[in-house]
Amino acid sequence: MTIQEIIAVALLLAGAFFMFVGSLGLIRLPDFFSRTHAAGMTDTLGIMLMLGGLAVYEGWSLISAKLVAIIIFVAIVNPVTVHALAKAALEYGIKPQLRNDDRKGETKDDVH
Amino acid sequence: MEYLSTHLTAVVTAIILIPFYRVLKGPTVFDRLLGAGAIAAKTTVIICLIGFIYRRIDLFVDITLAYALLNFIGIIAVSKYFESQEVREE
Repeated sequence: MTIQEIIAVALLLAGAFFMFVGSLGLIRLPDFFSRTHAAGMTDTLGIMLMLGGLAVYEGWSLISAKLVAIIIFVAIVNPVTVHALAKAALEYGIKPQLRNDDRKGETKDDVH
Repeated sequence: MEYLSTHLTAVVTAIILIPFYRVLKGPTVFDRLLGAGAIAAKTTVIICLIGFIYRRIDLFVDITLAYALLNFIGIIAVSKYFESQEVREE
């Protein structure tokens, strides 16, 4: 096993881990505007790491150049979509949940 | 690499089921859209891994780029639709 393959496998496993954590945040966090953090940042990092691992495994070629182009595209586009969704939700009238919110049944410890 | 790609495809497919719960049970329509966007973003990685399984990554990498572009355009269009005045007044 060469050093290149070891780096590729490490990047792939780290990307799978961050992808899992982002997905878990998507169902565990309490309201919409905190879920946007999980979908916008952690998922983007996981996808970038996995595609980067594939590019490292491929070596210097046109395919890895295209994979790096996809990485840059995802890094720009994925937070932009989540930001557009959050802006649309705010315009639509969804209120962010604050700490001293008097919403019933949802205290700070009652995260579902 | 085929061994690792096959197993990683299974792992990412299992991870995709987690945002799918949010798509099914989201309280608002924006939660469902957020989960759908997360699923589409993970699907780009699955397409690349399938290209490594079949040893045709030169073909699949272009499909990945087109898929990411369509995901971006779709979510921007839907969020602009929900931002518009006519939808909000209903």
